[in-house]
Amino acid sequence: MIVVARWDAASLGAATRELLGAAARLGAALDDEVALVSLGAAGAKAAEEAGCYGAAQVFVVEGDLAASGNEASLAALAELARELGASAVLLPADERSAEIAPRLAERLGGAAVMHATGIDVSEGRVVWTRPVFGGRALAAISAAAEPVVATLRRGAFEAAAATGGPAAAVSTCQVPTVDGAVELIASEAPQAGESLEDAKVIVSGGAGIGNGDGFAELEELARLLGGAVGASLAAVDAGWAPPDRQVGLTGKAVSPDVYFALGISGASQHLAGIGGAKAVVAVNTDPNAPIFSAARLGVVMDCHAFVASMIEQLRGARQ
Amino acid sequence: MHAVVLLKQILDWELPPSTFRIDPETKRPPDGIGPTLLGPFEQNALELALQLKDAGVVDRITALLAGPADGVDALRKALALRCDEAVHVEVDADDAIDPSQTAELLLAGIRRLEPAELVLAGRQAGDWDHGQVGYLVAERLGRPAVGLVWRAEQRDDGRLLVSRSGNGVDEQLAVRPPAVLTVTSHPSLQLRMGSVMDRMAANRKPITRWTLDELGLSREQLDAARRVEFTEVWVPQVERHCELIEGEDPAEVTAALLGRLEELKLLTRPA
Repeated sequence: MIVVARWDAASLGAATRELLGAAARLGAALDDEVALVSLGAAGAKAAEEAGCYGAAQVFVVEGDLAASGNEASLAALAELARELGASAVLLPADERSAEIAPRLAERLGGAAVMHATGIDVSEGRVVWTRPVFGGRALAAISAAAEPVVATLRRGAFEAAAATGGPAAAVSTCQVPTVDGAVELIASEAPQAGESLEDAKVIVSGGAGIGNGDGFAELEELARLLGGAVGASLAAVDAGWAPPDRQVGLTGKAVSPDVYFALGISGASQHLAGIGGAKAVVAVNTDPNAPIFSAARLGVVMDCHAFVASMIEQLRGARQ
Repeated sequence: MHAVVLLKQILDWELPPSTFRIDPETKRPPDGIGPTLLGPFEQNALELALQLKDAGVVDRITALLAGPADGVDALRKALALRCDEAVHVEVDADDAIDPSQTAELLLAGIRRLEPAELVLAGRQAGDWDHGQVGYLVAERLGRPAVGLVWRAEQRDDGRLLVSRSGNGVDEQLAVRPPAVLTVTSHPSLQLRMGSVMDRMAANRKPITRWTLDELGLSREQLDAARRVEFTEVWVPQVERHCELIEGEDPAEVTAALLGRLEELKLLTRPA
């Protein structure tokens, strides 16, 4: 079984430890060993740690992976999976995996399961759970072809604990040559800010924020809480927040501990992205807004007054 | 360049949770519990195709859909926005759930059409959310694919220059056609409205219908294409009780809220 470390992982982050946790359970049930694949030499350090978290083998793919978009990563994974006779390949559910997983499954003659939130094994049969219909329903899925290439939603699986096991045997392999049909021309990181998928706290704004300046206040609140700023479709459409901050069916699915929904009415489209949050705090002037029915805690108040007061409280706590 | 846009008509994704349900027998929402619409990402893919036609990169757009009878509405919409041709591979709703089967149906349609240098698909269907069909079509055609694209233009060397987001990094990639792109939502890809005249004209335009037989696909082939089994589909019952935090003034409310979040071990206040 192969676990693919997060692409940018310089060390074994929580995301990869969650994959290793899921792999350990799956591996134990299927009597299968776990191999970690790190794409890019930057992952060498992560590779060293992996043994301690249950990986028996580690493969570091070296070379220029980025130059061909995802083509080289895809080819490298297909090659390794074939060589190892992988029964399953687990990847983090992110934008790169969205492109890689279905294509990898097809190349291996297997099945892809995207955005899995649960794994059950009974009598040697693996059943995957994943949200469908924008999170309004759940589906239990079993694969009709092997191997399964699954992407696992962040926060849905318990991270592997350090076992104190031996260091894994590390092999390096060179990135395979691909035909050059896809070439990276430019890549530019958007405005800094913690990734929404990783954030423990998300401060998200909707139509009720009223303008772009309101989002600057949210940035400050998110900073004080050590979190990230999100936005509803309405706020992105209004141009107050960039598209990569959008949470919802047509944006990102997030799983923070706390999700502050400020001035967000709670359309199904938005709720589809926040099902993974441990708790939603809804702040809205309209006590009948649907967001309150999805919330654990609610405050009926103007968002600006709320944000200003929160900032004051948190700054006070820092002094 | 001939572009094929893969469309899907889906249950209204804004249907309120109180109305949404799953029939445990068929493992999908019962027919008729809400309106069906052209899926959100298919709207983005269609808009990108139209923009490429406006720019002169694409000279011909075929809208292709594999699904039950209500798919005609999506194809009419495509014709109203001046797609050149609309093709409906008519199958039962149950045959368009497994992404591999859906890809097989669309692929049979694509192979029957005049060769397309570009295939555009939504990044995922807004109902089953698999996010696989575009990529499976690319692999089975042996073509390169770039996912989550929100802009495309043609370079002097004939390649397409596409913009996409890859793990929070904005990327520009050059792709040599024939290629497959999956398209994501972006403010620049909101589907245009079209004119009333064009909508009326679209009602008179023909929609090509192909059956499995006509595509040379047997029931057995379609069954063999299945890659996943849905053992159960259900609506989770989540009992949520929203606890309202109240107070005399904002400071009292936010202090109480922060206290409650700490009590629930959801937040640790920065030291």
